[in-house]
Amino acid sequence: MSHASTSPQFKANTRKALGDTQLQAALGHVRHRFIDKRAQAAARLPEFEALRDSARDIKDHVLAHLDLYLETYEANVTASGGKVHFARNAQEACDAIVGICQARGAKTVTKGKSMVSEEIGLNAAIEAAGMVPVETDLGEYIIQIRGETPSHIIAPAVHLTKEQVAADFRHTHRHLPAQRDLTAPESLLSEARGILREKFLAADVGITGANMLIAETGSSIIVTNEGNGDLTQILPKVHIVIASIEKIVPTLEDAAQILRVLARSATGQDMTVYTTLSTGPRRADDPDGPEEYHVVLVDNGRSAMLGSEFEEMLRCIRCGACMNHCPVYHAVGGHAYGWVYPGPMGAVLTPSLIGVDEAGHLPNASTFCGRCESVCPVRIPLPKLMRHWREREFERHLSPATIRAGLGLWAFFAKRPVLYRFSTTLGMRLLSIMGRAKGRFHWLPFTSGWTQSRDLPAPQGETFQAQWHRAQKAANAKPSVTS
Amino acid sequence: MSTARDDILSNIRRSLGVHGKEAPRLASVQNRLAQTPAGVIPARGQLEGETKTAMFIEQAEMVQASVARLASAAEIPAEVARYLREHNLPATIRMGADPLLTALDWNATSMALSQGPSTGHDLNAISVASAGFAETGSLMLTSGQDNPTTLNFLPDTHFVVLKTSDIEVGLESMWQRLRARFGKALMPRTVNFITGPSRSADIEQSMLLGAHGPRSLHILLIETA
Repeated sequence: MSHASTSPQFKANTRKALGDTQLQAALGHVRHRFIDKRAQAAARLPEFEALRDSARDIKDHVLAHLDLYLETYEANVTASGGKVHFARNAQEACDAIVGICQARGAKTVTKGKSMVSEEIGLNAAIEAAGMVPVETDLGEYIIQIRGETPSHIIAPAVHLTKEQVAADFRHTHRHLPAQRDLTAPESLLSEARGILREKFLAADVGITGANMLIAETGSSIIVTNEGNGDLTQILPKVHIVIASIEKIVPTLEDAAQILRVLARSATGQDMTVYTTLSTGPRRADDPDGPEEYHVVLVDNGRSAMLGSEFEEMLRCIRCGACMNHCPVYHAVGGHAYGWVYPGPMGAVLTPSLIGVDEAGHLPNASTFCGRCESVCPVRIPLPKLMRHWREREFERHLSPATIRAGLGLWAFFAKRPVLYRFSTTLGMRLLSIMGRAKGRFHWLPFTSGWTQSRDLPAPQGETFQAQWHRAQKAANAKPSVTS
Repeated sequence: MSTARDDILSNIRRSLGVHGKEAPRLASVQNRLAQTPAGVIPARGQLEGETKTAMFIEQAEMVQASVARLASAAEIPAEVARYLREHNLPATIRMGADPLLTALDWNATSMALSQGPSTGHDLNAISVASAGFAETGSLMLTSGQDNPTTLNFLPDTHFVVLKTSDIEVGLESMWQRLRARFGKALMPRTVNFITGPSRSADIEQSMLLGAHGPRSLHILLIETA
């Protein structure tokens, strides 16, 4: 049972988001802090661009040999005393995890942050089996008590203000004094630390995601700043790792290359506070650590992306840089995208995983400004991949009649250059005269889709082609300059 | 009935247009696993001697760790006592069985010592790092009786001892050390790289120290054991 989507209502979602003043206030932090911190981190490391190339090449190599690395990885997990479970889809992954929990008679299950667990609807499955899942990442904990889904892949509660979080804590932590001061973010963090500490110590099973799986050693890697992923995995008797199949990297050296671009791209840190490699269950003379170590490897549509025009999307390391730099994400936030993965990476991945008929609006929500591709640590050509989805949507006649009619009309003129030049010249002159007073239009016939939420700039009176010809002529007329 | 494992592997092979027995593909994978090519290593950590130590300290302090330089391990108890006193923290310390720590004379201080993994109620703990690296001021700790992993995360204040001779360049040198100690492709249960004290920016993107792990990290850099 995958997480249910509201992606088909993308347009309604965006209208709601644009009118939500609290959301708009919260999104202000994305626009500045994430972008500045990444830029500073990249500037501090002269080798950053070379490392992006290296990370891209490693992921391409893995994807081309994924079957072989999965076999190596599985053999090494088994050799270190762990167990690998393969899951074709969300249902099989949930069943495997619930089965492991039930075999240990688990009541409380703590969880580190994992996007693939959101994708497969894991919390609902654990609850349905009569156990209590507890999210331990601060952001995930906040959205869990609100009954929401993450709005960002690395900052799940980025859509909320601290006042909203304070209200949620008062509502949920009723055993604490009602008059306590929760105005400072520090007091919210400290309260969550106290509440979750008890959960960590009480948990029977701990579930974490994985930033990478290392074929060479059979290890899983997680990176966190809070330490929640570590407390989740070292205190309970059972540690379950859930990861999608493309998280494999060949060697420890390859992991180091990717770690160097991951944190810098995500939060602008050179290295996250905790980078942890876990290999198998606790050894015979270890005084702590889990007694069982399981890895649930999820396909859920990914093997079909290999060899397709969307294969490059499988390079994604889930840093969030593309959404942090996306003007559309800045305007509407993550929930508007309607499923688990928002922003440019979500606009490409979501149609691959749940279908273009369900999520066809998402690749249309792009200005193709190219900022996402310019910051992607593994250089995924996100605009190109979104364009592929638009083509598929058009081919399958999924785009609305007005868009198809408009494109048809444009194509009629574009195929007749003389007519095209004549009509655009006339149109530009007309609009320029009409818009001369204000320099922009609040309203024009047939353009409500644009003018409802923003003004249309008035043309200057000349088409691009006319300006180009004029400039070319002037350049040719000029005598060549010699020294 | 085919298993999920077989289905996934055969789907991958169908998508890639391979059958999985091609000699060049197998060789490519085997070579990479055997040779472990290093890739791009930043110049930042590639220093020697005192400049490398200075870079480690600079990077560690940038991420809000504090660093004390001590001439020898014998100075550790007094430094721990001083730190706890100055921060108004209780004079208690928990540690594993690392001989470097258990051999020290803690009696000279009035601290209450305890040994073993954390139960979740220890305020202060001390561990010994296997190594550290200058590139990012990070520490490497490995699980086991000497330095139980729970001590890295449950206490509020974490002291970590590091010999200056164990400061290396970057992650690649950590892999070399792990392979030398545990064997190629073999690992201890947990390897922790720790870079500063615990933090979270999940509320309005403002970075706050002391999320679920230690609120402070004090590194004790010693010249000799």
